[in-house]
Amino acid sequence: MNEIEILTWLRGPGLQISVALFALGLIFRTVQNLTIGMSKNLAESKGSYMMPGMATIVRRSLFHPGTTHRGYFTMIAGYTFHIGLLVTLFFLEQHILLFKSILGFAWPSLPPAIINITALVAIAALIAVLLHRIMDPVVRKLTDYQDFLAWILTIAPLITGYLAMHPIATTYQTALILHIVSAEVLLIAIPFTKLSHMVSIFIARWYNGALAGYKGVKS
Amino acid sequence: MSAPSSTAHRAIAALVEQIDAPTATFFTSCVHCGMCADACLFYTETQDPKYIPIYKLLPMRKVWQQEFTFWGRLMKAAGLAKPITHEELDEWEELVFDSCTLCGRCSLVCPMGNDITYMIRKFREGMTAAGHAPSDLKAAMKRAIELGSPMGVSLATLKAQIKHAEQELGYEVPIDKQGADYMMLLSSAEIAQFHEIIPAVSRIFKAAGVSWTLCSEAFEGTNTGIQIGASDLAAELVERIVAGAEKLKVKTVISPECGHAYMALRWEGPNLIGRPYPFKVVHILELLDDLRQQGKLKTKGKDATRMTYHDPCQIARRGGIVEQPRNLLNEVAQNFVDMEEHGEFNWCCGGGGGVSANERAMPRRLDVFSRKKKQLDDIKVDRIVTACSNCRNMLEEGLEHYRMDNIEVVGLTETIAQYLDESA
Repeated sequence: MNEIEILTWLRGPGLQISVALFALGLIFRTVQNLTIGMSKNLAESKGSYMMPGMATIVRRSLFHPGTTHRGYFTMIAGYTFHIGLLVTLFFLEQHILLFKSILGFAWPSLPPAIINITALVAIAALIAVLLHRIMDPVVRKLTDYQDFLAWILTIAPLITGYLAMHPIATTYQTALILHIVSAEVLLIAIPFTKLSHMVSIFIARWYNGALAGYKGVKS
Repeated sequence: MSAPSSTAHRAIAALVEQIDAPTATFFTSCVHCGMCADACLFYTETQDPKYIPIYKLLPMRKVWQQEFTFWGRLMKAAGLAKPITHEELDEWEELVFDSCTLCGRCSLVCPMGNDITYMIRKFREGMTAAGHAPSDLKAAMKRAIELGSPMGVSLATLKAQIKHAEQELGYEVPIDKQGADYMMLLSSAEIAQFHEIIPAVSRIFKAAGVSWTLCSEAFEGTNTGIQIGASDLAAELVERIVAGAEKLKVKTVISPECGHAYMALRWEGPNLIGRPYPFKVVHILELLDDLRQQGKLKTKGKDATRMTYHDPCQIARRGGIVEQPRNLLNEVAQNFVDMEEHGEFNWCCGGGGGVSANERAMPRRLDVFSRKKKQLDDIKVDRIVTACSNCRNMLEEGLEHYRMDNIEVVGLTETIAQYLDESA
């Protein structure tokens, strides 16, 4: 296989397999969690499940009163990383072309100069959270090998993507192969790691708000 | 790898039963950010990372991973997963029972939305099923089942208190009155220590024209079963109240000034016994505020003392009763001031969730009271009003420990009774 053949495979079957595993894996994991079920609440309610659950999905995106230094760092670094990542993912022209091939429609892209910045911002934020994970005694106490694995899986497509846009040490094609491989590995890994929080966060927040809302509590 | 030891086996079986859709979703969502640490007074006051709320759930997380997730099951099947051990559970007993009051503050700040307290409540079921519960809580549980009260308070003690109250009041305190609208429960501490509560409710209900009664077969509102995490025993205690209420054919049962009693009776009770109640449950604060709104509870005079209100966790953050006590205090207090973090965000007294009943937990409980001390130092009050006899004891002990016992601690119901307008 030469580089062109590898690229063709990665863009064809490789992409299909990884997207399928990503989507089916996330659906499977979500359904698996939900179907454990919970017992019906027999206590007379003082509120409801639905709307308080929805409200908590929104409220937990905000700083709460009493947010500490650790909280501010976590939230700000978290937002910075996610925004940088999502803008890079959804507004680079080449990415949009890929989405068009899957979804059948496209949207306007941002200039490469801006994507350069958003990618670097996401990388910088990831480095910051890694340092925080190693240095902060609380976060370090909670850290296991999966946290480092998830970090490597996440930063790899960003770095290889940046290299593909700015080929220095490698050729464009080599960098592109590494980029697509790392992205496909990430897609496959998401459902099996803590990265599946991309779906479960909304359900968890909803449950929290709903469990409280039933009792007439704001959460 | 090695098979789990026998107590760990029992814990695993109990935890598998406890893990439900919310629990699995919460564990799936945790990104190990540590923001819950700053919501827990056991962490903030000691700065020891072992008190991070989500860390207290590590063994339960392992069980979830190994029994419920694809990777975990694969690793377990391949013999690569380490099962939880007897020693691990022994070590965690201190974290789950001595250093968590189920106060619920962590559940309020988790950016993922994890209700950590909900999970710790469940973890305790697994710990207790495997025998890993503090001996003091086991003893309290035994007294509650055998004697009807975790503190060993008997019907004779209650009757003696009623007699005292009747002498003071000059009229009868209703007990076992068939067909009354309300049946009042009390906490052991109210019967044993806070003697002012029976005269206070008697006077308030008389002035408001409320038809009520005590019940000789069901007067204890507390429930050690939900603290230790023994649902079967907790259910038995709830059944006693249901039987008493059904026998007297009351419409409503009143939960006393006690945090976990309200949680046990109002929110967990029907789920513990597996059927809805044939009566309603209200907290005494809800009832008093209703009576106030209906114009049936009138007060006269105002108290000029600078005072604040300490929200019991299970009543405010976990129970939803935040406005009512403030409405009531507003009637009688001229100089009321809230602590900066209050209501849903109030800091725990340090002794809820069974911690106060666990003697070996006392030194740390008093140590972490420094959080409440800071809150109080900020507002400089002369009196704390609260609505939980356990909080009240914890506040008094904490204030004494920090030489702040110039601050008085009182119950809300008795405060209202003190200013009751009985002329109407």
